[in-house]
Amino acid sequence: MLGIEDKGVLAAYLLCLFSTALCVVYGLINWNRGDEPVEPDDVKWIAKEKKVEEDL
Amino acid sequence: MLAEVEIAEIIVVLVYLLVIVYLGIMGYLRTKSATDYLVAGRQVHPFVMAMSYGATFISTSAIVGFGGVAGLFGMSVLWLTVCNIFVGIFIAFVFLAPPARRMGHHLDAHTFPEFLGRRYESRFIQIFAGFIIFLFIPLYAAAVLIGGSVFVASVFEMPYPAALLLFSVIIAAYVIVGGLKGVMYSDALQGTIMFVGMFALLVFCYRFLGGVTEAHQKLSDLAPLAPANLQAIGHRGWTAMPKFGWGSPEYNLWWIVIGTITMGVGIGVLAQPQLVVRFMTVRSRRELNRAALVGGVFILVMTGVAFTVGSLSNAYFAENGPELTGRVVKVLDAEKNLALLQLMSQNEAGLWQDVEGKVAPVKLFGDVDQQVEVEGQTVALQKGRSISIVYAGGLADEIIPSYIISAMPKWFGLLFLLTLLSAAMSTLSSQFHTVGTSIGRDVYEQVTGQHGKSTTITRIGIVIGIIYAVVISYYQRESTFIARATAIFFGLCASAFLPAFVGGLFWKRMTRAGAISSMVVGFVITAFWLTFIKSQEAQTIGLSEKLFGRVSLLLDHPNWPVVDPLLVALPVSIVVAIGVSLFTQPPSKEHLDKCFRGR
Repeated sequence: MLGIEDKGVLAAYLLCLFSTALCVVYGLINWNRGDEPVEPDDVKWIAKEKKVEEDL
Repeated sequence: MLAEVEIAEIIVVLVYLLVIVYLGIMGYLRTKSATDYLVAGRQVHPFVMAMSYGATFISTSAIVGFGGVAGLFGMSVLWLTVCNIFVGIFIAFVFLAPPARRMGHHLDAHTFPEFLGRRYESRFIQIFAGFIIFLFIPLYAAAVLIGGSVFVASVFEMPYPAALLLFSVIIAAYVIVGGLKGVMYSDALQGTIMFVGMFALLVFCYRFLGGVTEAHQKLSDLAPLAPANLQAIGHRGWTAMPKFGWGSPEYNLWWIVIGTITMGVGIGVLAQPQLVVRFMTVRSRRELNRAALVGGVFILVMTGVAFTVGSLSNAYFAENGPELTGRVVKVLDAEKNLALLQLMSQNEAGLWQDVEGKVAPVKLFGDVDQQVEVEGQTVALQKGRSISIVYAGGLADEIIPSYIISAMPKWFGLLFLLTLLSAAMSTLSSQFHTVGTSIGRDVYEQVTGQHGKSTTITRIGIVIGIIYAVVISYYQRESTFIARATAIFFGLCASAFLPAFVGGLFWKRMTRAGAISSMVVGFVITAFWLTFIKSQEAQTIGLSEKLFGRVSLLLDHPNWPVVDPLLVALPVSIVVAIGVSLFTQPPSKEHLDKCFRGR
C-alpha cells in the first residue's frame, strides 16, 4: 500500500495522518468550549510576568 | 537568466526583511508578546497563536537535524512525528496544559523550576531543577545553532566556522537588544512561511518522483544501497523498519530509532521547561483547544514533511544527483542496476585512477560508459548516482540543506533559509531566556534569598549560555549531533522532571520526598548511563575510557550500549516517585487546596 510494504513504516505514515485528524476533530468540536473567567490569581500572575519580562 | 534569478533572490530577501521589520515595529508600538495580550485582556487569533507556538518549538533542530537522520535511517523516523502530534500536541494541549496553566497561576510560578518548587514547597527542588536546566539546555541550543549554521554555510558556500560565527553574532545581538520576547505576529509570519515552504517541498518532491506511491516505491527499490555499516546494525532500506530484537549488534538501529529518537524526544517534550511556561501565558482552555487543531496540522507539515522528504531525498539524488564515475567493485542488485562503485578520476596526464577510500553505493546508468587502461589492465568505467549521505559528505546534518539547494530554485532556498533562521532565533531566544531565569531566578534568588534582584545574574546567565552553546557547536561536528543533543536534553527532562510534573498536576498524594527522590534518581541514572553505558555519548565524555579502559561498561553486551537512558531512568523514576510518596507524609490540606483550587 502506498508503495510501502513494511507494516511498521506504513503504520507510522498512516498514524501521522490519523493523529492529525484527531487534533483537527477535537479542535473543531471544542472550538468554542473552555472559555474561563479571569480570576484574581490570573491578573496577579500576568502583572508579575510582565514585570519579569520588562526587567530583562 | 542569471541576472533574473539574482533579482528575484534580492527581491525575496528584501521583501522578507521589510515585512519582518514592519511587524517588529508594529509589535513594539502596540502589543508585543503573549503576556501583553493577556495584560490587555485581548484574544489572540488562534491561527496566530498556533503558528507562533510552532515557530517557537519547531526549529532547525527538527527540520535539519532530524530530517537528516531520516535521510540516513529512513521513514521509520516518522514514528517520532506520530509522538510529536499525539503526545506533544494532543496529550500536552488537552490534558497537561489546562491544569498546568491553572496551577501555575495559583502558585504564582513563572519558571518551570519555580512551578515544581512551589508545588512541593521545596527550595531544593527549584534550585536542583534550575541547575539541571542551566547546565543542559545549552546542549539543545547548540543543536538549533548548528542546524542554522549548517544551512547558512551551504547556501552561501562558506566554511562552517564562519557561518557559525556569523549566526552567533546575529543571535547574540538579537537576544541582547531585547528579542527575548516572542513578538507574536513575527513568529506567526515565520510559522506561516515555514508551513508553506515545507508543504511546497513535499509537493515538489512527490511530483518529481512521479506521485506518492511511485516515490515510495522508488525509495523501496533502493534498499540494497543502504551503507554497509548501517546494514550491519539493522538498516533494511528507507521504507522499512530496522531489524527488531535483542542481544546482537544487528538490532542496534531499532533501539536508536525507537528508543532514542522516538521515545526520548517524543515523550521528553512533555517536560520541556519552555513549553510549560508557555502554557501559562494562554488565556483560557478554549485557546488550547483551538491551538490543538492548528498545532496538529502544523507539526505534521513540519516534522512529517521533513522526515518524509529527508528519506525521499535518497530517491531524488539517485535519479538526479551529480554523476559519479568509477569501476564496479560489487554488484548489489543486477536487475535494479545497483552496485558499489570505486570512484575514479583523471589525473593531469588524463589517466584514470582510483580516488582513494571513496567507494559509493550507486544506481548505475546502465551500459558501460567506456573502457580505459589502468596500470596495464582494462577497466570498465561506469557512471551512476548515489544516495543523500554521500552527497552530504557523510554528515547527516547536511542532507536537508544539500537537498534543498540541489532540488529547489535558489530563491526558494534563500527564503527557506531566512525562515529557518528566524525560527531558530525565536527558539534560541526562548532557550536562552530559560537558561538565564534558571540560574538567576531559580538558583541565585533561592540560594541567597534576595528575591526580585536577580536581573543581572539572569543576564550573565544568558551570556554564559550563548558562549557555552557556541563552543559546543564549534567542537561537535559529528554526523547526527543535532538529533543526539536534542535527544539527550529531552530524555533528561523526561527522566528528571516528568514524574514530579505529572504527579504534581494529577496526584494529590504525591509528596515532596517522592518528587525529590524521583528527580534525583532520574538525573543520576541518566548521567550515569550517558557517562558509562551509552557508548557514543560515553566516548565523547571520555570518563569511562579513562577509569575503566572501555567506552562502555556493557560493551560486550549488545544492545545495552545503544539503549537510551530514558528507557531505564524514566520507569525507575516513576516507581520511586510513587513508592516514596506512599510511604511519606502527604502534603497539608491547605497547600493542596491552594494548588488544586476548584478541582
